[in-house]
Amino acid sequence: MIDLVGYGAFFLTTALIFSLVTLGLNLQWGLTGLFNVGLAGFVAIGAYTSALLTTPDDPTRLGGLGLPILVGWLGAMFVGGVAAALTGIATLRLRSDYLAITTFGVAVVVQLVALNAQKLTGGPFGIGFIPRPFGGLAETPLLFNLSNLAIVSAVTLAAYMALEHLTRSPWGRVLKALREDERAAISLGKSARFYRVQAFAVGGAIMALAGALQAHFIGFIAPDNYLSILTFQVWVMLIVGGSGSNAGAIAGSVLVWAIWAGSGALTSVLFAPEQQARAASLQIVAIGVMLCVILLVRPNGIFGERPRRARFGKRTKATASESGS
Amino acid sequence: MGDTVERHGARPDEPVLAARNVVRRFGGLMAVNNVSFDVRLGEILGLIGPNGAGKTTMFDLLAGSILPSSGEIYLGGVPVSGEAAHRRIGRGLGRTFQIPRPLPNLTLIENVMLAAQEQTGERLLANFLRPWRVAAEEKAAAKKAAELLELVSLTRLAHEPARVLSGGQRKLLELARVMMADPAIILLDEPAAGVNATLLEVIIDRIRDINESGITFLLIEHNIDMVTRLCHRVLVMASGELLCEGTADEVARDPRVIEAYLGGAA
Repeated sequence: MIDLVGYGAFFLTTALIFSLVTLGLNLQWGLTGLFNVGLAGFVAIGAYTSALLTTPDDPTRLGGLGLPILVGWLGAMFVGGVAAALTGIATLRLRSDYLAITTFGVAVVVQLVALNAQKLTGGPFGIGFIPRPFGGLAETPLLFNLSNLAIVSAVTLAAYMALEHLTRSPWGRVLKALREDERAAISLGKSARFYRVQAFAVGGAIMALAGALQAHFIGFIAPDNYLSILTFQVWVMLIVGGSGSNAGAIAGSVLVWAIWAGSGALTSVLFAPEQQARAASLQIVAIGVMLCVILLVRPNGIFGERPRRARFGKRTKATASESGS
Repeated sequence: MGDTVERHGARPDEPVLAARNVVRRFGGLMAVNNVSFDVRLGEILGLIGPNGAGKTTMFDLLAGSILPSSGEIYLGGVPVSGEAAHRRIGRGLGRTFQIPRPLPNLTLIENVMLAAQEQTGERLLANFLRPWRVAAEEKAAAKKAAELLELVSLTRLAHEPARVLSGGQRKLLELARVMMADPAIILLDEPAAGVNATLLEVIIDRIRDINESGITFLLIEHNIDMVTRLCHRVLVMASGELLCEGTADEVARDPRVIEAYLGGAA
């Protein structure tokens, strides 16, 4: 029973870290319509930044400043936000598929730098000995997992509440206007460039924070953690949960991660050890099938964006035909 | 009447909007060729001409959606030719589109509130650092947006997404939306196109009401009846050039205009 609770806490911690990445993507795509398929790069930037700031001194590579974990997280958000803002500035003129290709390129560049800049990132061997919150409890996994779950839950809740506030604010309204019709928004005095860069930066900072949280939870990072499969997973989480909805981003992340982890556990039981490497591909099949089912049953996802009651003024029920024309 | 103009930093003794020797080329095509005119404070100026005359290109140049190849555009005496489109509404120039561009998944009231200018809440951090001010401005904007929706007879649909609107209602929504920005001049691109006769009367009445409140209009229109009823003066463009100007009756009798519309068949 205790093992089950411990695993549940581990599972939820991982799912909530994914939720943070998905919340960042929801700001960029769900709210602003920015087609970012390079999110793995921003998660990696956050993880490596925090690791370099907080790990103990290591003569084989740069960094290792031994700073507090909180400084690492804030540093990750700052560097991730700046990197995302620069990406936003560099891609101001790009839309849809062209933007997607470019952001994908950014993620590939980040992953290749992580793989090859051995003096900075540890290369293929990654960075270990990353300090873990409540590391002293590591001897008792249940307590360690529950403590980390509490921290990650608090961070995710704070991010969710902040993003909900922004989504319903005039700032969020401008982002939605840019998603719907950029030219109309510009004609109403809104600078598309200014807001696009902001959406990139805030979303990138949240993704980087998620990368830092994961790095400190696991205690080790390597370039293989930030392959394009991560981008695929997070996009599926957002589509399943409902693009444009922060609650959907969290629900989709937990659901998709449950299926991902569950199908992984199932293949390890059903297939012989020598077949398991190939059987792991079934995880992707399971996610693909779920995505198809969700899109057929609920095309806008579980929590697809619905009209909200305005903060001010009363809602009236009417249809277009009632007003003539 | 001059208050609206002065509020946007314009000089009250200057035309609200002026084009001087404006040229716009697209490769080898001369879409607008050396066009100059003034829009005077408080008037409704019509811009007519056959299809392909360069009217919408002229609108895009005035609104900043495209930049002129040469020439200058002045808003209240201030040169704005190199200024980005999103800054011109802050100088008092609002526009609507030939094919209306409502934001389909935003409610009507959100569509209108979006056009409010200088909103504290449109700055990211202000939403956390100055929430009371943001809330107060939002409340004021919602009230004004509701009044504007009432002006264009769309109150009953205020909290519905804009995608439910008919073509004519979309034009009215655009009018309310641009009014939210307190413009000194509104560019209307074919407000009568695709609108049924009943709703057209509503649109004409609203334009007249708004004009009487001190706002200047420049409108492109093919509906000559509407132009005759609304416009104090009319400009005629053909083949990218300004052909003539005068009252609606004067230009209708001008042989050059008849030639441009009928190609010499008359």
